[in-house]
Amino acid sequence: MTELTPIELEALNLSLKVAFWNVIFSLPLALAVAWVLVRYDFPGKILVNALVFLPLILPPVVTGYILLLVFGTKGPVGAWLQSALGIVVVFKWTGAVIAAAVMSFPLMVRAIRLSMEAVDQRLEATAATLGASSPMVFLTVTLPLVLPGILAGTILAFAKGLGEFGATITFVSNIPGETRTLPIAIYTFLQIPGGEGSAIRLTIIAIVVSIVALLMSELLARRAARRVHGLDA
Amino acid sequence: MPGAPPGGYTALTLEVDVTCRLGRLHIEAAFEAGPGVTALFGRSGAGKTSIVNMIAGLLKPTWGRIAADGRVLYDSTVGISLPAYKRRVGYVFQDGRLFPHLTVQQNLGYGRWFTPAAERILDFDQVVELLDIAPLLKRLPTSLSGGEKQRVAIGRALLASPRILLMDEPLASLDEHRKQEILPYIERMNDETRIPIVYVSHSLNEVARLANTVVLVSEGRAEVAGPTAEIMARTDLFPLTGRFEAGAVIDCTVAGRDHKSGLLRLDSKAGELLVPLPDMDEGTMVRTRIRARDVMIATEEPNSVSALNVIPATVVDIRIDPPYADIRLDAGGDALLARITEYSVRKLDLKAGRNVFAVIKSTAFDHRSVGVAKQSED
Repeated sequence: MTELTPIELEALNLSLKVAFWNVIFSLPLALAVAWVLVRYDFPGKILVNALVFLPLILPPVVTGYILLLVFGTKGPVGAWLQSALGIVVVFKWTGAVIAAAVMSFPLMVRAIRLSMEAVDQRLEATAATLGASSPMVFLTVTLPLVLPGILAGTILAFAKGLGEFGATITFVSNIPGETRTLPIAIYTFLQIPGGEGSAIRLTIIAIVVSIVALLMSELLARRAARRVHGLDA
Repeated sequence: MPGAPPGGYTALTLEVDVTCRLGRLHIEAAFEAGPGVTALFGRSGAGKTSIVNMIAGLLKPTWGRIAADGRVLYDSTVGISLPAYKRRVGYVFQDGRLFPHLTVQQNLGYGRWFTPAAERILDFDQVVELLDIAPLLKRLPTSLSGGEKQRVAIGRALLASPRILLMDEPLASLDEHRKQEILPYIERMNDETRIPIVYVSHSLNEVARLANTVVLVSEGRAEVAGPTAEIMARTDLFPLTGRFEAGAVIDCTVAGRDHKSGLLRLDSKAGELLVPLPDMDEGTMVRTRIRARDVMIATEEPNSVSALNVIPATVVDIRIDPPYADIRLDAGGDALLARITEYSVRKLDLKAGRNVFAVIKSTAFDHRSVGVAKQSED
């Protein structure tokens, strides 16, 4: 019961790899999108907002199918990737990263956005009067104040990437060692006679990872709140 | 001692001449601020904060020019508008605005870090000592009291070595006790750093105590500017300075304790004043504000009256404002103001040039209206 089999380990490692790259690629984009949504007003803002949060509402299978249509070798983006760069993402682990990124993006943006909204912009003006240029204000005031939100969003996105199922299996299928991530492996083991032991072991891992992620993100969110509300007592 | 101003540091001046439209408020301000404290005085919503925001570079005027020490910060005719971070204008906000993620020490060092070493005019330890904040250095802003926060905010602004220091109602969010705690620090800072201070306030007490020059701001217009005592003594400005609190400002010297009464003796050009205040060193210059409504007028010297301060004076002018009358008096060169009724003016037959006695109760003086104040050098 305690020892993981190579097949189980392979699924766990693949999931960790997918979740890691998901976070690495999503974070800069999520920061930029959150910043634009918080600090700028422009026509079509509601549309951008809806687009970002759509994967949260849509059935994951639908998201996966759309990804397949767009990134498939005959899809607009997929065809270009293949002809121009020779990259194919369908049925590859990189495709699993894309699926995880799209699905976890709303969570990450929301966490960062909430903490950005809580930043007192008067503190930024204060920093400017003390001699800090805009990039310095961002680095020394805005970023440190938003950091708990960034960490919370990252943790949530990582956990979501670890466990994404519907969009992933629809988009990149279930290929051992390539796209069979942790939740897909659990699903597969449940289809095989005698696979329940593996399913349970992987389930426990999934539960532990999720709880730790939730606790950490909650803790960071609280710290952020304390900082912001501690201001101007 | 963090005593003398650093060598070679000359007094700076600020020139402001701007207009700005802000919704319904049209701001027009033209004034100069030299060494010492220049108060922007006026009611809430008069546009005082907008004026200092324009000086700091946080608000863009529609038109005009702002220069500090001959260096142009903003000039609409040649299209110059330095960003806030290049202006070297210190700003102490009403609410402190300390960075919550930094310790007191890091907050203090923030602006200093952006100041080239050669342009630093104040020493870290000197400022810490001036404001008595050494015990707070390791703490986070959330754990500080309102008064402590404000002292740190002042220190932070000073350590950025500003050419001008703006203070926007720095005491408004504090209770009376805390105000009295901070005021001496502002006075010391003014004495020791020689950085011109633009002080925004709607409190006559603060203005009378701190300011060398007063700029009256009313409905967006910076209307009248002049030496504090002169502005305070102008009865025609009472609608702007506020009738209820209006009063004259007199510079005095502490002359020791009066043994008979046990009260503190203050010498002024108007004569000796007896006030119920705790001991101060003899020779200390203090500035006292005597509210017009605390001054009675007698045409003969009153002998049996409880008020201890009876000062011979001459009526300079009378401004009737029914049912009141504001009387401006000259007492040995000091201006005094009295607010009585129009009826009393008729009853006593008061006229300009008439010799009278101004009668002031000792209890009209308190710690709020009397403060240690260095007079301006000029």
